[in-house]
Order: sequence, then structure tokens, then C-alpha cells
Amino acid sequence: MNEIADTTPNQTDPFAGERPMQSPFHPRQAALNLRESWSAWNGYRFAECYYDPEFEYFCVRNACATYDICPMQKYFVTGADAEAMLNRMVTRDISKMKMNRVTYVVWCNDEGRMIDDGTIFKLAPDRFMLTCGSSCVAWLKMSSFGFVNVHCEDVSDQMAGLSFQGPSTCAVLKKLGLDGIENAKPFDIRHFPFAGGELMVSRTGFTGDLGYELWIDKSLALELWDRLYAIGADYGIQPFGEAATNMARLEAGFIMPDMEFNEALKTVHLRHDHTPFELNLGWLVDFKKPHFNGRSALWAEKQRGPEYILTKLDIEGNKPAQHSWLYANKRCTREIGYVTSGMWSPAAKANIALAMIRSEYVKGEIWASIDYEKELRQYTKIARCTVQNKPFWAPARARATPPGDF
Amino acid sequence: MKRYDAIIIGAGHNGLTNAAYLARAGLDVVVVEKNDYIGGAAVSRELHDGWVYSNCSYVCSMMRQAIHRDLDLSRHGLMLVPYLGNVSFGEGGQVFQGYHDEQANFLELKRHSPHDADSMHRFQADLTRYAQFIRKTLMRTPPDPASFKPRDIRELIFLGRQFWTLGEREIYEYIRFFTMSAAEFLEDYFENDLIRASMATPGIIGTALGVYSPGSAYILLHHVMGDVDGSIGAWGLARGGMGAISNAIASALQAAGGEIRTGSGVQQIIVRNGKACGVALENGDEINAGIVVSNLDAKRTFTQVMDRNDLPPGIYKKAKNFKIRGSSGKVNIALSGLPKFTNVPDNRYINRGGQAFIGSMDSLERAYDCWKRGRWSDQPFIEAVIPSAWDPTVAPPGKHWMSNFVQYCPPKLADGPWTTEKRDAFGQSVVDRIEQYSPGFSDLIVHMEVRTPHEIENEVGLTEGNIFQGELTIDQLLFNRPFPGYAQYRMPVKNLYMCGSSTHPGGGVSATCGANAAREILMDLRRPNTVPEDDCYDE
Repeated sequence: MNEIADTTPNQTDPFAGERPMQSPFHPRQAALNLRESWSAWNGYRFAECYYDPEFEYFCVRNACATYDICPMQKYFVTGADAEAMLNRMVTRDISKMKMNRVTYVVWCNDEGRMIDDGTIFKLAPDRFMLTCGSSCVAWLKMSSFGFVNVHCEDVSDQMAGLSFQGPSTCAVLKKLGLDGIENAKPFDIRHFPFAGGELMVSRTGFTGDLGYELWIDKSLALELWDRLYAIGADYGIQPFGEAATNMARLEAGFIMPDMEFNEALKTVHLRHDHTPFELNLGWLVDFKKPHFNGRSALWAEKQRGPEYILTKLDIEGNKPAQHSWLYANKRCTREIGYVTSGMWSPAAKANIALAMIRSEYVKGEIWASIDYEKELRQYTKIARCTVQNKPFWAPARARATPPGDF
Repeated sequence: MKRYDAIIIGAGHNGLTNAAYLARAGLDVVVVEKNDYIGGAAVSRELHDGWVYSNCSYVCSMMRQAIHRDLDLSRHGLMLVPYLGNVSFGEGGQVFQGYHDEQANFLELKRHSPHDADSMHRFQADLTRYAQFIRKTLMRTPPDPASFKPRDIRELIFLGRQFWTLGEREIYEYIRFFTMSAAEFLEDYFENDLIRASMATPGIIGTALGVYSPGSAYILLHHVMGDVDGSIGAWGLARGGMGAISNAIASALQAAGGEIRTGSGVQQIIVRNGKACGVALENGDEINAGIVVSNLDAKRTFTQVMDRNDLPPGIYKKAKNFKIRGSSGKVNIALSGLPKFTNVPDNRYINRGGQAFIGSMDSLERAYDCWKRGRWSDQPFIEAVIPSAWDPTVAPPGKHWMSNFVQYCPPKLADGPWTTEKRDAFGQSVVDRIEQYSPGFSDLIVHMEVRTPHEIENEVGLTEGNIFQGELTIDQLLFNRPFPGYAQYRMPVKNLYMCGSSTHPGGGVSATCGANAAREILMDLRRPNTVPEDDCYDE
């Protein structure tokens, strides 16, 4: 079901098989990656940053910017049983989804430990698209067991995706000729004819700001890029990489695999993975719907209460608390958890973090022991933490329909 | 008649900050403002359809994060966006490009002078060290060195300790540094004239001094000690223009129950029985209050809105002689497109950040000579920035506006008073200067706002149009600001305070003067302090 990138050793490049794949947007992105700062995602070469993470972050918060989501895994799940199969797999009730809507979902193993999170696009009553960060081919196959009329197709390498985020994105898309895009509500999907093909636009993203995700066949990817960038030039368009994404998503309070959670199927040590309740995603678990994977374990967890709970923290001072230990007392003798992601938030002007904290301690005092370096010397700072219940960054424009021009 | 706890005169960002902290402490406060809009010199105004100028101050770096965070200014709509890149224009087509990336910057410096590329590291380290020391004083009330109050002694010991940590050699250097000229200071580091000149320009901005005048080295430091999100020396733009800062603080003030009255110029501060007890407005109204806080500059406060007989002897004279010479102009230009500059590549990361039209060390000094003679130079130093290239909210898409800060421009001309014709001729000299480096520039002009010290004084209320509310020379800094003995925000009349940048630590849109003054006022009123301590990044 998957078309594998050509890795046959060739005459000219003996290392071809070892080189990362290139995204359909690569030619344009490579030209703009002045820092030659690349990492990798699902076998694709993927930008860590193009120019400067903070600058790119501000393009997202202040103007508009693009993020390559071609490496994201995309599956079409089709057939009369598609909805039932997906509903059996994920914890949320997707049977209520309307057409051309997107929903955020997680799925778990039998023990209720989270395998991955992703989004489901309902494109027709019997046609869905599932997107997620890691390959899900085997799990989809296993989940399809017993369903007669369901077909899963991996389109990860055929369909290009470009996340377009920031306050001036709607203005740019209007100018691109996407009529009525301003009326798309958050999680709506719209389809537009584009250069002889079809452009699918969802009002989704991973930045907590106004933004869209653009989906198109890879053959039209560069055409889309060029038109978008021609118009976007007057709106401050800029590609952003993983570093800036990580800043924006943390402000929005979104979780990241390998930061907030370890995928259950890749976890070696007992309970080093997480349940949705531990990740504060209990609202995604619907016990009223028919049976789904991990239900009984999750039901037991709900009764018992999770061991840990992912918590948003506002930390005094300005030393980023990444990897810090957390304690229930200032003397740091009673350890209660750890920071999963932490940074100085330029938008909120606060020292923010996501942290896994033992549930029974969340309501008490929380202190972070923050290690930092100054000219090769190590220092430690003990900082008081305050629990935040709302995202650190949630501008009204992210929810407004129609959104303004900036 | 209603009696407020406090009246603050002037809705500039410091007045608003002061009022916000007093209101948060539970005081009933009112801010009175002579203009029909708030912001003072941190203001955004749409003077031409679709273009929003930062009419006076135009970039931001000193705004204290502690205040931003504490007043929750982000939620009140403030976002500070750092901008990248700057280009310094020298003579004979010479261009020095300031790249954001350290490596790229090193290479660019090396192209001009391998010596200077190396020296830059030492320069940055030294300057950072100096900046770290002075930054610690920003959100603290200066101690009175002649006082024996425990609090003053404690502060003196604190400062002494901080100073001592610089190390013996650096202590000598630091003392020298305070009295040096920017040119002398830079000679120690750089050989290349354009590099030296581009590093020297922060030493003259807003000041009636030349690059060779003693004292300009400190002003250089004053301009590079700020930061944007911890990167010291970086500069940012307020999204929506500098008025966004004032508007956010005003919103925080109103959320705390404070009141703002625009169109209410103050005629006089009312003093009864030796105590300030209210203000008489120009429209004839009187407002009573327990205390009066002036956000006007020191000269204006004591020579314009106070009765000389209400003041102790000597203060009037001190105020009259307060050094607040106007030295700069501002030309805001709406453009139909992005200007192109000779010898500057079409690199979006450098061609639309800051432009410094410099010339050379010599031309900087010659421009100062013109100021001394009461005229403007036809080769002025211009510090420009194109905010619209970074901020989608201040000009229509594809259109731009360019902020030009012009050094020098005299407050009084040798050949008689400022007139509209002379103002426009000054504006034209700025356009001509830019045209030298950007042929075709004038064709892009859609609208222009020209501001000489005359306009700045009349519209904003800054005496002589001095952007700092008083020069930042050592005789007017720390415990000498505005006058020796009165540096702790309390003024010689009881219940009268000052909170503008005539007070420590001076101008630069840091909001610290207003915050520090609030701390002192609350102490006098025996109210709990609402003003945060600084959380310096470099602790």
C-alpha cells in the first residue's frame, strides 16, 4: 500500500540509500534555509530552522508563515465500515462528525496507554483522512480486523501538506482566490479548484493562532508554494521550522510526541508511556459511545484517577525550566514530577512550561529546580511555579469567523 | 466635589504605568491629558489613510519585562516584535551590513576590517558587562549618597557590591567610561571609520552632544542596555506602533479601575498650605486629590504649571537650568513601495530593518556643528526603520512607512523662529539625504509628517522636543536626576511627585520611571507595594 522512495543504490551516489527523502517543497525550502539547519521526520529531510527560530516564531505570531507537513503521515480510510472502524480505534466519538469537519483524536492500546494523537478529516460519509506524527500502517491494519468493508491507503508520500499559520493568513488566502475562505470556521474543510487539480484547506494548525493547513497532490506542490509566496511577500511570509513550531505549540499548550509523551508501542519500560487522562486529554475519551480500544483500562483509570497529570506552569524568573525536576517544597526534598517542555514565552512574556506532576500534588506548592549554564559554569535556581488552567496564548482571532486581515 | 487619591498629569506611558500601579494598590486615580489622545511620545496615529505612524518614539528595547509581565500587557494587546538587520551607509557608496547571525556578521566585519571583526568580541563583552551593571539600577530608586537613612545606606551598599563584582580593572574602566566620549571609547576597539561611526551613533541619539563630546559614551550604553526577550542590545517594534504600549498600559489601568481624561490640559498644580492638593485645568475645572504626580518634564513641571511662590527657593532656578536641549527631529514618511538602496542586496533580512545614514565620524561631528550654530545640517545623521516590513498592521499590504529619526535639529534657529516653510525645508533635507542612498526614493512618497523640536514640544509637551525629558549626562543621572536631593521621585512640595523620564533612569520607553515612582508613593501612603522587582535576564 505504500510507494517506497527509490533507494536502489545508483552509480553516481553510493550514499543515496542513506540520504533523507526530500519533501515536494524541498527545492524552495532548501533555497531559503540559509542556516543549513536540517533535522529529519519520518525519513524526510526537515528544517529545524531556516533563518532564526525566534524570528520564525514571530512570523507566526505577527504575520504569516508556512510549515512543511509533508512528512506527516496521511491515510485515507474508506468504505462502508470506515467510520465504525475509526470509532472503534479512537477514544472520541466520531459518529457525530459532520461532513468536511476535522476533529482531534487519540488512540490507545488495550491498557489505555496512548499510541499517538492525530486528526480525522471527514470527507464523505464513507471517506476519512487520518493524519498523525508517526507511521500508523500496522496499527490501522490491526484495527481493521473484523471490519469487512474498510480500506486504508497510505497517501503520506503522494499528498503534500503545508501548514499556513499566522494573523494575516486569511488575507493571503483570500487574495489567492479562495472564495469564501473567511467563512470557514475552526476545524472546517473547504475544497477549491487549483491549477487543474484540487486544493483542500482545513482551518487547523499546531500554533494556537489563526491558521490553515493546505493539502494538495505533490505534483502541484511547487505551484502552490510559488503562488502563495508571490502573494505572501507583501504579508511577510516566511517558512518556519521545528524549533519555532515547538515554541508556538507550547504557548498554545499542545503536546508533542517525544516531549510530553512516549508512544505506547515504542515504550520499553512499564508506565513510561501515558494515558490520555495523564496528558490532561480526558475530554477526548467518550465512555458513552460503543466499545473502543482501551475502554476498560481507561474506565478503571478514570475511577482511580491518573497517577500523573500534565499541567501548565507559569514559573517565576526567566530561566527556561526545560528538563527541570519539580518539588513540593522549596528545599527540594519531596520530588513530585518533571518539566516536559519549558521556555520563555515572547508573546505571553512569561516563563512557561508543561510538566508531569503527581496528581495529588498539583494543588499544593510547586517548586522547580532549574539548572542553567553561564559561560561554562553550572547554576541552579529554585523557582516557584503557579498552575495555569488556560493556554498561555489564545488570541481571539484564532476563533473568530470571519477573521480579520491581521 | 469628588476628591481622588491621586492625579497623574500626562497620559504618556510613564504616567499610565504610575497610575496603573497606584490603581492596583486600591487608589482612586485619574490621569489628565492635554491631547485628545493618550500616549505622549509613545503614540500611534493614523495621519494618512491606512498608514499608522509611531509619531515620536519608534523602536523599543528598554521596556522592562517585569512590568510587561506584571501588568499582563500581552493580554491587554501588547506584542513586541524584534526586527532584524541593519545597514549603515558610509561615504563613497560604502555599506556596512549588520546581519542577525553571528557568523555572517563576523564575515561582514572582516570584509571591512579583520582587526575590527576580532575586536567586536571584546567590545560586546565589555559593553554587556557595563550594561549588566547599569540594568540592575533601572527598577530601583537611586540612593541619596548624602543621606544616612538605613534604606539609602542599604542601597549604596548594594550598588557598591554590584560595582565591586566588576573587578578592579573594570572599575577604573567604568569610571572612565562614564565621562568619555563615544569616539574615544570606540577608538580603543575599532580602526574602520564606518564601523566606528555606526557604533558611535547610539551615543548621540536624542542628545545635544557630538560623538567627540565627553559623556556620549554613557548615552551609547543607555541605548544598548535594553533587550528583547533577553537578547541584550536587540530592538523591537510594538505591533501596531508605539501607541500599542501606551494603549495596553491604559487598558491595564482601566481594568484596575483607573480613569483617564483626555482633552484636559493642566493650567496649574494647586498648592495649599505647602501641600499639593489638586490641579486647575485649562478649561477652568478643578480636580482635587490627595497627591499630584507630574509626568511632565522637570522644567515644565516647575516653570510652567507651578506658581513660583509655591516652590522653595532655588528649585525654580534648578528647573530653569535643567539641561533639556532639543537636538533631534522626526520625519515619518508613507511610501507606495519598499525603497531600494544602492549597494544593498535584495535580502529581506537586512534591507528593511534599520538603516543608518551616517557618512563618517567626521560628518557626524559636522552635523553637530550645524546644530551648535542654530541650523540643520544638509548631511544629517538619520536613523531609519521600516516598521511596515515587519508589522502588517501599520500600512496597507505592499505599502510601507519609514520612520526617520534625524540628528541634529535645533530647537531654536539662528535666523528666527521655526515656520511651516522652514519645517518643510528641514523635511526636504532629510528626503534629499535618503535620495543620495536610494535613487528614486522621493517618487515613492505618499505622505510625510515632519516634526522639528518645535512640533514635538507643542504637540507632545516635551520641552525643546528633548526625547529623554532631560539629557542623560552624568550630572543628570542616578541620584542627580532631575536634581541632586530630589532623585527619589518626591518633589520639594509635599504630596507632589514626578514619574516621567526626567527622573531616574531616564528616557527610552522603559516604564520604569512611572513604576519606581509608584513604589515610592505607596511607601509614603503606607500601602502594600504593587510594583515588581526587576527580573534581569543576566542575573
